[in-house]
Amino acid sequence: MDASLKIVIVDENPIRAAILEEGLREAGHVNVVRLDDTSHLLARVYAIDPDVILIDLENPSRDVLEQMFQVSRAVRRPVAMFVDQSDAASIEAAVDAGVSAYIVDGLRKERVQNILDLCISRFNAFARLQDELDRTKSALEERKVIDRAKGILMSAKNLSEDAAYALLRKTAMNENKKIAEVAQSVITAAELFK
Amino acid sequence: MSGEKLRIGFIPLADAAALIVAVDKGFAAAEGLDVELVREVSWANIRDKLNVGLFDAAHLIAPVAIASSLGLGHIKVPIIAPIVLGTNGNGITVSPALLVAMAAAADGDIVDPAVSARALARVVAARKAKSEEPLTFGMTFPFSTHNYQLRFWMAAGGVDPDEDVRLVVLPPPYMVESLANRHVDGFCVGAPWNSVAVDFGVGCIAQFGCDIVARAAEKILAVRGRWAQDNPDVVARLVRAHRRAADFIDDAANRDEVAALLATPSRIEVAPEVIRRTFEGRIKVAPGGMTRTSTRYLVVGRNGAARPDPAQAAWLYAQMVRWGQAPLSPALLAAAKAVFRPDLYDAALAVPDAKPVGEPTDHIGAFAGPAFDPDDVAAHLAAWQVRGR
Repeated sequence: MDASLKIVIVDENPIRAAILEEGLREAGHVNVVRLDDTSHLLARVYAIDPDVILIDLENPSRDVLEQMFQVSRAVRRPVAMFVDQSDAASIEAAVDAGVSAYIVDGLRKERVQNILDLCISRFNAFARLQDELDRTKSALEERKVIDRAKGILMSAKNLSEDAAYALLRKTAMNENKKIAEVAQSVITAAELFK
Repeated sequence: MSGEKLRIGFIPLADAAALIVAVDKGFAAAEGLDVELVREVSWANIRDKLNVGLFDAAHLIAPVAIASSLGLGHIKVPIIAPIVLGTNGNGITVSPALLVAMAAAADGDIVDPAVSARALARVVAARKAKSEEPLTFGMTFPFSTHNYQLRFWMAAGGVDPDEDVRLVVLPPPYMVESLANRHVDGFCVGAPWNSVAVDFGVGCIAQFGCDIVARAAEKILAVRGRWAQDNPDVVARLVRAHRRAADFIDDAANRDEVAALLATPSRIEVAPEVIRRTFEGRIKVAPGGMTRTSTRYLVVGRNGAARPDPAQAAWLYAQMVRWGQAPLSPALLAAAKAVFRPDLYDAALAVPDAKPVGEPTDHIGAFAGPAFDPDDVAAHLAAWQVRGR
């Protein structure tokens, strides 16, 4: 393991950045710095002087890092994107996962391949997590809507909770809709009749 | 809706208008194209997603297409432009304090770019004499018309952009804030950000991009060369849809509708009034309300502007060589010119564009230096004292 490499993570999403940092530390990288605010990004990156920079693609400041490709007075150590001509699969996997990696020019690729691989897998894992969270959230929302509709039906039609739910379910089946959709219509209708 | 499914990436800027109008007015659908427009946050993302095929086409800043085709600073992926989406549209905005200093140092009408560039050189020299920090200017990308127009302008006045000032890359949405916070003293960016800075009272537009270069290809519809080869019919339909969109935008009767389409949150999300002023070329240049007009401010399709012109690609390549981003070679010049494809544009249209009227004879119209010869980049470079190393 190449623990000597200094790695900077630029990600405004603190949870994802933490997941990535943890992964890198587990893999033995002790020199990891997280930047979650991108003001004066270039100056801060120069101050840290990293070997590897990882940045998420939702970050407009990615273009700021592209300046480091240039050989000019403003750039102390030229940086390259972590890809080469033979490596289309690697860039595709990274772009698809939503992350990009830059390395100091001259650093041998084999030394950082595992960092990029880990980065891609953690970004993908985070995306799955986010997706699950979104689905759980919307399931919770649906639950709430159904509960409110049940309550409306129970008091309006003097039904038991089970009967109210059965009515929603039957209507949904008849109309070929989701229960939550029927429940939402019940709430909307009830509000109109208020 | 059925049709050829395409994903097209864009950056929220006024010159994405043709893309947005082609989709939202149904011109793309009329060509059997089912286009999903994807808003992006950086040119690097657009370039990478186009390169790996996550986008079929993209709104792209012309020099990035050339850099990608030549393999400069990044992997080499040939990109071509079958149609130009925007010509001109940039501006150089400076802080009110810098404008005051430049006005005091000016030896003539400061609207003249030769005068303003010399004035800037005097301000820069005076700061150096007092050991003050050098001025900092923002631009959008190393391979950008903004970088080259800013450099061309200041170098003509005697300012070395690599030695006498600092040039930094800033994402367009951060430009105005950076000027307000005094992180930069000025910037060169596309519409509508110069106007936004003026409306916020933090900047004055010192120069329109078209003052520096009268006719500058700005954004292209970019596709991979390989993809264009495999999908010639789709390329032709894209050209027709965007040509129609350009005509719609250029028709003054449609201004309100175009401004309203572009103003929506999923598109550019800027006040319709600002977009309207941009397409009218009626630009407020100072917070006090002073307005300058130019019919060249931002041109979408008018007067042959949508037709790719290899001379434009040659000029951009010449700037890359001038500032040390690319070596000078006949092979690279030819490869750069081959990015702009008037042949594909002409082949797609039933009625060819009329010859442009009243345009610069060298196709560029820069305010300084000799006429540009697209076959002789060395002569262009020899004309300058200030150049990169």
